[in-house]
Amino acid sequence: MQAGDAGAMLQSELDKCMRCGMCMSVCPVYATEKNEAAVARGKIGIAEAVIAGDLALDDPDVIDALFNCLVCKSCMQSCPSGVQFDRIILGLRAAVVEKNGLPWLKAAIFGALKQPAVLDGAMKAGAALQGLVFRDHPRFRAISPRSPFAILGKNAGFDGERLFPAPATNPLRNRVLEVVTAPDVKMRVAFFTGCSFNYFYPETGIDLIDVLTENQIEVVVPKDQQCCGTPVLVHGDVATARTLARNNIDAMEGTNARYIVTGCGSCGSAWQHQFQELLGDDPAYSERAAYWGAHTYDISTLLTDVIGYRVPKGSVEAVVTYHDSCHLKKSMKVAREPREILRAIPGVIFKEMSRPDACCGSGGSYALTHFETSSDIAKRKAADAAGTGASTVATGCPACMMQLLDSTHRFGSKQRVRHYISLLAEAYRAERESEETNAAAL
Amino acid sequence: MLDKFIAERLEAIVGAGHMLTHKVDLVTYSYDATADVPRQIPDVVVMPANVEEIRDIVNLARDRGIAIYPRGAGTNLSGGAIPLHRGIVLSFQRMNRILEVDAENLTATVQPGVVIQELNNAVAPHGLLYPPDPGTVNTATMGGSVAENSGGLRGLKYGVTKHYVMGMEVVLANGDKVRFGGKTVKNVTAYDFSSLFVGSEGTLGIITEITVKLIPAPKFRRTMLATYQSIEDAGNTVAGIIRAQVIPATLEILDRKTIEAVEAYAHVGLPTGAEALLLIEVDGMADTVVEREAEAVIKTVGENRGVLRLANSDAERDQLWSARRAALPALASLNNTVVLEDATVPRSRITEMLVACGNIGRKYNLVMGTFGHAGDGNLHPTIMADKNDADEMARVHQAVEEIFETALRFGGTLSGEHGIGIAKMKFLGNEIGDSGLNLMRSIKDALDPSHLFNPGKLVPFKETSHAGR
Repeated sequence: MQAGDAGAMLQSELDKCMRCGMCMSVCPVYATEKNEAAVARGKIGIAEAVIAGDLALDDPDVIDALFNCLVCKSCMQSCPSGVQFDRIILGLRAAVVEKNGLPWLKAAIFGALKQPAVLDGAMKAGAALQGLVFRDHPRFRAISPRSPFAILGKNAGFDGERLFPAPATNPLRNRVLEVVTAPDVKMRVAFFTGCSFNYFYPETGIDLIDVLTENQIEVVVPKDQQCCGTPVLVHGDVATARTLARNNIDAMEGTNARYIVTGCGSCGSAWQHQFQELLGDDPAYSERAAYWGAHTYDISTLLTDVIGYRVPKGSVEAVVTYHDSCHLKKSMKVAREPREILRAIPGVIFKEMSRPDACCGSGGSYALTHFETSSDIAKRKAADAAGTGASTVATGCPACMMQLLDSTHRFGSKQRVRHYISLLAEAYRAERESEETNAAAL
Repeated sequence: MLDKFIAERLEAIVGAGHMLTHKVDLVTYSYDATADVPRQIPDVVVMPANVEEIRDIVNLARDRGIAIYPRGAGTNLSGGAIPLHRGIVLSFQRMNRILEVDAENLTATVQPGVVIQELNNAVAPHGLLYPPDPGTVNTATMGGSVAENSGGLRGLKYGVTKHYVMGMEVVLANGDKVRFGGKTVKNVTAYDFSSLFVGSEGTLGIITEITVKLIPAPKFRRTMLATYQSIEDAGNTVAGIIRAQVIPATLEILDRKTIEAVEAYAHVGLPTGAEALLLIEVDGMADTVVEREAEAVIKTVGENRGVLRLANSDAERDQLWSARRAALPALASLNNTVVLEDATVPRSRITEMLVACGNIGRKYNLVMGTFGHAGDGNLHPTIMADKNDADEMARVHQAVEEIFETALRFGGTLSGEHGIGIAKMKFLGNEIGDSGLNLMRSIKDALDPSHLFNPGKLVPFKETSHAGR
C-alpha cells in the first residue's frame, strides 16, 4: 500500500463516521474509563484533529490515546455506518511508528519474532529460568512472579497475584512430527499453531491435532511457520508484519494441505483478512494471500461445517460456559460452531454467560501496558463467567485463555480455563479408554 | 485558556483524575452527533460525583464568568452538547446510578448519567417499561434525553420523554438546589417545573436527579410491513388505521429513496420500485385485543393496495425491523455528511409533507431520503452531501430552510424530537414569533441572568460576555 493510498483509505473511513456514538455501548475500554478519548468516536475525533494539524502525531498524549485500544473490534459490530475502525487505529499506529520509530524494547522483541531461532532460544531460556522469577502453581499449571519481581512489576499487573501459563520447556512444534498421519486419511490440513500454542499451550495444540486425526485428517505442522504478525501489527510495525505474512505463506505452500486450520482467533483472522490487506500490492504474494485467506478455517468451523466431525461417545462431566474471543467472533465470525461442539459432548452441561462476547481485556500486551483498565474489564468478564455457576470456562483463543486464567483466579470463582477443543479431545480419549477397558474385559 | 487558579479550584472540587485538561481529551468533547454545525474545544472537562460538587462548580463558574455545558453521552442531534463559547464541559459519566426502582408506585429515580437502556434492563425483571426510545437508547443518558425531551419510535402510542418525568432535582445558576414533583400521580403544587426543565436543553439549570414514570410492559405484539406503489396509498393507510381507532406502538414510513438505499445496503428483500413502506407494530396486555387490532391494520392495508408481510416469530420480526433500522445508516453510506432533520406536521398532513420533501430534494438537486414516524407526523428528511463541496452545502441549507417553511405552513413544527440547539435557532422566531422569543428570553433572564448554562443554544440572545470567550 502506498502512503497516498493509506491516507485516502484513512480519510474515507473517518468520513464514514456519523458521530452517533453507538460504539460507546460496546467499547470495553470506554465502559471502564468513561471518557470520550477511550472510545472509537473519540479516537476518530483525535485523528481528524491530527489531520487538520490541531494535534501532532508525535504528541505523547496522542500516542497514548491511540494505543489505549484493545483492537477487539467490538465497535465495528455495532457501528451502523460500517466504519472499519481497525484500519483507522492500525493505520494511525503505523504512522506513529513511521514517524517515531519503534520504542527500543518493542523493536528488540519484534526483531526476535522475525528470527525464529532467536525467539525459540529466548523462549526456551525463559522457560528454563522461570523458576528464578516465578512461583509454581501446579494446580493451574501456572506461575506467578516471585516477590522481588512482583514488587518491580506491581504497576504493570506483574504482581505476585498474577498468574501466567508456564512457558513450555519443550514447545509444541518440537514435540510433534511435521506430518501427523491418521488411519484411513480423508484429507490433509496444515495446522498454523501460532506462538501461544507453541510456547504456552503445547498440550492444547496436541489436543487439536488429536481431534483432527480422530476424524481421519492428516495434519502437517510446518516447522518453519512463524508468528502471525498480529502482535507487531497492533503496535504499528507494518514492515515486520509483511515479512511474517510472506514467510508464513511460503511455509504453508508445499505442504500439500487443502486447508489451513487455526485454534486462535488472532492467527485465524490474520490468515483470513490481514495477510491480504498487507500484501494486496505485492504482485508475488497478493493472489496467494487471497487463496489461503479463503482456505483458512477455525478448527471448530472445519469440524462442524467442512468435514462433518464425529460426535464422541466418551463423556466429560462438566458444567461449561463459553467466552467468545473477540477476533474469533468479530473478525472470523465464528460463534455458533464452538457452542455446537460443546453442546454435543456427552456429559457437558452448557450454560451461556451474560455478554459472552464482551472482551476479556487481554488485547495481547494491552493487559500489561494498561493494567488497571484491563483488570477492570477482566473483572466484569470474571463476574459474568462466575454467574453461570460453571466449573469450566471454555474459549477459542489462547490469548483469552491466558487472560481468563488470571482473571478467574483473581476476581472469579477459580474455574478451570480450557480451549473448547481440549474438551472434545478429552471426550475422544474417554471413548478410547472405555473401548480399551471393554476390549480387556472380553 | 483556563487560568491556573480556576483549574486548581475545579480539581479540588471533583478530585484528581476527574478533570480533563489535555488537548487530546478536550478535542473529543468538541462535537456531538450533529452534522454541519461548528465545533469548539472546551477549556476543561469535569466529571463530578454528586450534586454538592455540581453546586460548587456552578458557584465558581458564575463568579468567574465561565460557561458550563452539561453533557451526557453526546448523542444529540441539534448541537446541544457543543461547548460553543469554550468554558467547562460538565460530564455526567460518573453520576450513573439508578437510585431506586419503586415497582409499587411505578417509578424509578435515577442520576442523570444512567443510560436509558440500563434503566430498562433494571425495570424489566419487574415486568415494567420506561417507554421513551430514541434511536440511541443503548448510549444516550437519562439526563441528556430529559434535557432534550427525546422522542422515539413509540411516540404515537406511548408519548415522549416529557410524558414520563414526574420530578427532578436541579441546580440553578444562583447555586440553589431545588427539588420538585415526585412519586405522586397527581401534583399541582407550585408551577409545573418539570415541564419547564424537560426540553430546556441545558439552558436553565443543571438536572441532577430525575424521577420517571414506568408502565407495565406490553405482553403481546404483532409486527407487519406493508409496501406501496404510491405515497398516497401509504398515507391513506396511516389515516385509515387511526380512523379504525387503532393506535399502533410503531407506525413508521420509508420513502422510495430510503427503500432503494436500504435494499442496496442491507439486501433485506424489499420490492424495488416501491414508493413507500410502512412498518406497523401493535401491542398490548391482552392477546385478543392485539389480534383484533392487527386484523384492523391488515384490512386497512389491503383496502389501500398495500402488499403485506406479517411476522410470525421473533426472528421474522427482527427481519421486518431490519429495514427500518437500516434506514439512517443506509442513507448515510451514500456520502460523507448526513443532515438529518426532524420537521414534524400534524398526522393528517403526512402525505403532503412527504411529497413536498421529495420535491424540495429535486428542486435543489440533492440526494434526499425521507423516513420517520408517520404515526405522529414526525419525519426525518435526510440529505446526503459532500461537506467539501461548498455549492452543494449551500443548496443543502436552502433545502433545509424550505423544509422548515413547509412544515410550518402545514401547521407543524421545526423540531419533533431533536431540539433547537444551534442548528435550528435562527428559525425559532418563524414558529413562535417575537412574543414567543421575548417569553423565552424572559424565562432565561429570570433563571440564568449571566448566561452561565449552555450559552448560544435554544434561546437566540443578544451577545453576552463570558470569560474565556
